[in-house]
Amino acid sequence: MESPFRSEAAAFRFLLITIGAFALIVVASTIDPALGFLVFLVLAGAAVAIYLRQRGPAPDREHVEHVGAPDERRILVVANETVGGQELMSVISIRALEWKSEFFVVCPALNSRLKTWTSDEDPARAKAQARLGATLERLASVGIEARGEIGDGDPLVAIEDAVRAFHPDEIVVSTHPEGRSNWLVRGVPDAVRARYDVPVTHVVVDLEAEAEAAAEPADDA
Amino acid sequence: MSAHGEALHDHHGPPEANQSSRVDSRTLGMLMFIGSEIMLFGSFFAAYFFVRVVNPSASPEWPPEPYHFPVFVAGVNTAILVTSSFTMHWALQSIKRGERAGFLAGMVLTFVMGLAFLLTQVVEYLNVGFNTGDGAFASVFFGLTGLHGAHVAVGLSLLLMVIIRGFRGHFTPEHHHGVELPGIYWHFVDVMWIVVYATVYLL
Repeated sequence: MESPFRSEAAAFRFLLITIGAFALIVVASTIDPALGFLVFLVLAGAAVAIYLRQRGPAPDREHVEHVGAPDERRILVVANETVGGQELMSVISIRALEWKSEFFVVCPALNSRLKTWTSDEDPARAKAQARLGATLERLASVGIEARGEIGDGDPLVAIEDAVRAFHPDEIVVSTHPEGRSNWLVRGVPDAVRARYDVPVTHVVVDLEAEAEAAAEPADDA
Repeated sequence: MSAHGEALHDHHGPPEANQSSRVDSRTLGMLMFIGSEIMLFGSFFAAYFFVRVVNPSASPEWPPEPYHFPVFVAGVNTAILVTSSFTMHWALQSIKRGERAGFLAGMVLTFVMGLAFLLTQVVEYLNVGFNTGDGAFASVFFGLTGLHGAHVAVGLSLLLMVIIRGFRGHFTPEHHHGVELPGIYWHFVDVMWIVVYATVYLL
């Protein structure tokens, strides 16, 4: 939704619309007060419908400036429950071998909409913190130094915050497989590709398959 | 793991703002301010509709006999204020195109017309023929139009600052945010007047 006062031009346009609408209401009321009220209701309903249906302009593609040494590659990793997944770890390891890389891991504090509205975010942040801590420890155990933080519950907002602070040269987005991923339903990887002019790698982590694969040797035993 | 606010790369000066909103913070501030203003006007309109519609002892006439509102004078005043929005828009478009003379002329015209509106309202108050003690309708009339007049006065202060800064050459086609925000506020004031004029004077 767009605010009618988002800019001077929009506010001016809104003023002209207001003049037209109230002119209609006044003219109709002069004929019959009931007709004036009817016109008011129709115009108010139409205004609300148009306002709710309109979409804001697509944001411009943002240029992410490279910072740091020329040969250094800064990689932003964004992941939810899949943050410790094997596939993601292997992608990070490959990047660490290929480049002189700096990693920054963001774990969005996933929360329900109701809990977000009621500011009940502490449990979500605690879970995200636990996932982040475990991931950083796991990366450190294989010799990869990384830093990280808890992000906003909305992955796009979390990425936007991290991009502004970290200036990545590549963004790695990790999700569950198709059918189990809320982020894929929302089109998060595509939205990130559309928004930033840096390479975006989408990593699919199937935690269930990984768990089954891990359990198989034990079953065999 | 770094703390949230830790500087993440070599950076001189204060840390870069870490904001999620795509709306400029100054514009967002103005939007929130206008939101609060709409609620303020809403409370005054609630009083107006109570006095005129809900109140069981309300007179069928508005305003009650023998009083009347100066509809024509207020209509001329409305035309002045609406025209000032056009000059405000012209001023901003001019500075965006780098036409400084047009910008300054537009701003001065907007200010003069705003001042004319306010002075006309003062004269209207002096000659309206009733006062706040003459009934609830009078309280509502002075409350609503006075609240709007106060907003015009605030808007004029903003316009005056823009004019002073404009003559000092503070605005360019690239940097004119200081004109944009008062422009938004001025149009909001005009929108509110259209609503006040239509509901209080005409309907």
